[in-house]
Amino acid sequence: MNVFLTSSEWWTLATACMCGLLCGVAGCYLVLRRMSLLGDAITHAILPGLAGAFLLSGTRDTWAMLLGALVVGLLTAAGTSWLSRVGRVPSDAAMGVVFTSLFAAGVLLISRAADKVDLDPGCVLYGLLEFVDTDRVRLLGIEMPRAFATLAGASAIMFTLLTLFWKELKLVSFDAALATSMGFSAGLIHYGAIAMIAGAAVASFEAVGSILVVSMLIGPPATASLLTQRLGRMVFLAGIIGIVSGAVGTIAAVKLSTSIAGTVSVAVGAIFVVALVCSPSQGLLASWLRRSALTLRVRREDIMGSLYRLQQEPNTRVTRDDISALLRGPWGILAQQQLLSRKHLQRANGGPVLTQTGLIEAERILRAHRLWESYLWRDLALPVSHVHDPSERMEHFITDEMARDLAAHVSDTHDPQGRPIPRRNSGAE
Amino acid sequence: MLGAKSLLSRLLTFSDFNTNVVLLGSVLLGMACGLVGTFTVLRGRSLMADALAHAALPGVCIAFLLTGSRELGPLLAGALAFGVLGVLAVMGIRRSSRVKEDAAIALVLSSTFGLGVALLSVVQRTPNAAHAGLEGFIFGKAASMVVRDVQLIAAVAAIIVVTCAIFYRQFKVLCFDRDFAHSAGLRVALLDFLLMGLVCVCTVVALPAVGLVLVVALLTIPAVAARCWSDRLGVMAIIAAGIGAMSGAVGTAISANAAKLSAGAVITLVAAAAFVVSLLAAPRRGVIARWIRERRLRRKIALQNVLRAVYEVQELQATRGPVAVCDVMLKRAWRPAELDSLLARAQRSGEIVREDDRVDLTSAGREHAMQIVRTHRLWELYLVTHASIASDHVDRDADTIEHVLPAEILQQLEARLREDGRLPGSLVPASPHAVAPASRAGVHG
Repeated sequence: MNVFLTSSEWWTLATACMCGLLCGVAGCYLVLRRMSLLGDAITHAILPGLAGAFLLSGTRDTWAMLLGALVVGLLTAAGTSWLSRVGRVPSDAAMGVVFTSLFAAGVLLISRAADKVDLDPGCVLYGLLEFVDTDRVRLLGIEMPRAFATLAGASAIMFTLLTLFWKELKLVSFDAALATSMGFSAGLIHYGAIAMIAGAAVASFEAVGSILVVSMLIGPPATASLLTQRLGRMVFLAGIIGIVSGAVGTIAAVKLSTSIAGTVSVAVGAIFVVALVCSPSQGLLASWLRRSALTLRVRREDIMGSLYRLQQEPNTRVTRDDISALLRGPWGILAQQQLLSRKHLQRANGGPVLTQTGLIEAERILRAHRLWESYLWRDLALPVSHVHDPSERMEHFITDEMARDLAAHVSDTHDPQGRPIPRRNSGAE
Repeated sequence: MLGAKSLLSRLLTFSDFNTNVVLLGSVLLGMACGLVGTFTVLRGRSLMADALAHAALPGVCIAFLLTGSRELGPLLAGALAFGVLGVLAVMGIRRSSRVKEDAAIALVLSSTFGLGVALLSVVQRTPNAAHAGLEGFIFGKAASMVVRDVQLIAAVAAIIVVTCAIFYRQFKVLCFDRDFAHSAGLRVALLDFLLMGLVCVCTVVALPAVGLVLVVALLTIPAVAARCWSDRLGVMAIIAAGIGAMSGAVGTAISANAAKLSAGAVITLVAAAAFVVSLLAAPRRGVIARWIRERRLRRKIALQNVLRAVYEVQELQATRGPVAVCDVMLKRAWRPAELDSLLARAQRSGEIVREDDRVDLTSAGREHAMQIVRTHRLWELYLVTHASIASDHVDRDADTIEHVLPAEILQQLEARLREDGRLPGSLVPASPHAVAPASRAGVHG
């Protein structure tokens, strides 16, 4: 495999994947509580925490910086909610105020500190994924990049916390008020979760930069929420999606020699778009297919209903032109094809006609239509002139069972216009 | 210090042409953003600008790759195109899926910015040396503004002022009551789009000066600061524009003087300082003013409670006259020191006289106390008569409302109760429940 990527590139890939796992799982809480932008705010606001810790401690010691960043991250969350309460502004505006101010302060602090250390605002944004392998530590007998070790440690801590507090987190994610009424301290759990997210952001920050952290915190959970409705599966999927986007993005970046953090963010976005289009339950494609199937069925049933009236009822108002209009256009042509292949229609001179099975099927539709007309006329006291149009729409959604109930209810043999209501399966088997 | 002085003199005398150009540009920019920001903040769309600004970066890079020059026009056109695309993407995701707006914004923001960064690394590999300044779009370089940029900013600012003036009433309705706007026949979606269009133009023009991370600060902070000063939209918009312009001016002046301070960051911090001042010092909504108001109210309530307690103790005694402090103390969960200081305050205001451990109401104090007890009991009677609340449950409600019931309502209460024949001739009605001589635990009689 080393022809594919060099060993240091494999480490980069592993680091990106680990970051995807950590942030993807942690971000689920933000997405569920509709606080995604807090993730954005926290990652921006970490900057002054890092710079401040550096200026105070005078070293680039990881722990001091982690602590500084964690404190500022929590301050952002608390400050935002305090500000929207006291300043009486919408919470998004409060967030905009807090994180931009902190970020600006961070930029200035860093440019003051930049003489002494290789921290620059650019690397804060895009991180140093390309160079993770230059700083190694030994852990469990394996020599690995320090960033990878940090991320792995953070992931281990996070999964432990998740296992311990799963029930509480689930409750607060979906119904904080219920949690409070059940005697849990929703505020405590909330800030615990925020601390966990800030921790994940801080652990990832140095390696991958703030922009990828935001991307990984929000992208995978949002994608997962398109694929499932269950929390457990969502967290699992978010972790997987984080890993996959890390891998795909890194490989693409190496092959295209573009910025790794940037490309991984794009990969996160691309995977989201794929899920948005292809998700089996709620993707655009799936819902388009569902709508198309419905459109087709409605068209088929309209064709059959109209043909039945034309063929079986001498004094109907339906004309050949109405039928041709229904058969025109892509939906008409497709519907006709389906009816022919199902043997509901057969070709004849002057256009298609209903077969025997087609007639039975059409009677079912007509029965639904006229029962509904009767119902509207009797029970809702609609004038006769007003019952046709709603029934034209409703006929497609009346099941056999409903038709039986309606028939028992209105007990009519003729609809309000005096046309006969076909009986159930009349003439069939 | 020397630098600051020479800068000040340069600014005051307008002797340095370049500084004046940059300053004018920043002022116009701050003003325009403050104005538009007023509407977006009230409409709850502040962070859309963040997504928009980040989405602009790939546009800038693509425009550069296509034209190969750093000409501002095409770069801004690219930024505008991608910014609009970003906004449309957010709206599209929100409409077509379960993903909420906040997640959509964060996702679009980070993915497009990632794309921009990836494209930037492509740009940097091109042999063309002109790419050197593109990173300026991320953090902003106000100092590189030239006359043509300022002309562009001025044009955009003019457009924004005129549009806001023309659509002022429509925007007002949009911000405060969308449903009403809809029912009044306004095209809400169209107005929203117009507002987002203004935000797009504003953001894109501000990008080279303050950078894409901090553009959202210019659109948000002045408006939020202005919100502290006024409840009227027009006044708020003007104040926001003023704060924006001031931040632009001061921020640029400071950063022009110190080479390493990025203008965007300084402008943001100046605006943030203006916000902190507003939050603390604004006359009605400010934190200090509110704290003073609340403190005054608390003191008033505490004093009235003491007066009522003394009055009620006196009422239980057969004769009016000095009562023991310890009896007063039992009326409410006071700490001894607290009651002492309250009594001392009442003494200073001439409503109570105290001799050792006995206190008495002065005539002014008695007047005041009667008024409070009267309000308290009128409300109790009202609750008993009209809200059918049991007489042993009304004391608590009356206890909180007695301090704030306005005179008009008091008159109505009186008239109403007199009609019902519940009001005796005396000035202070008798309590509908037993007034216990002593109870601890704060729930008095």
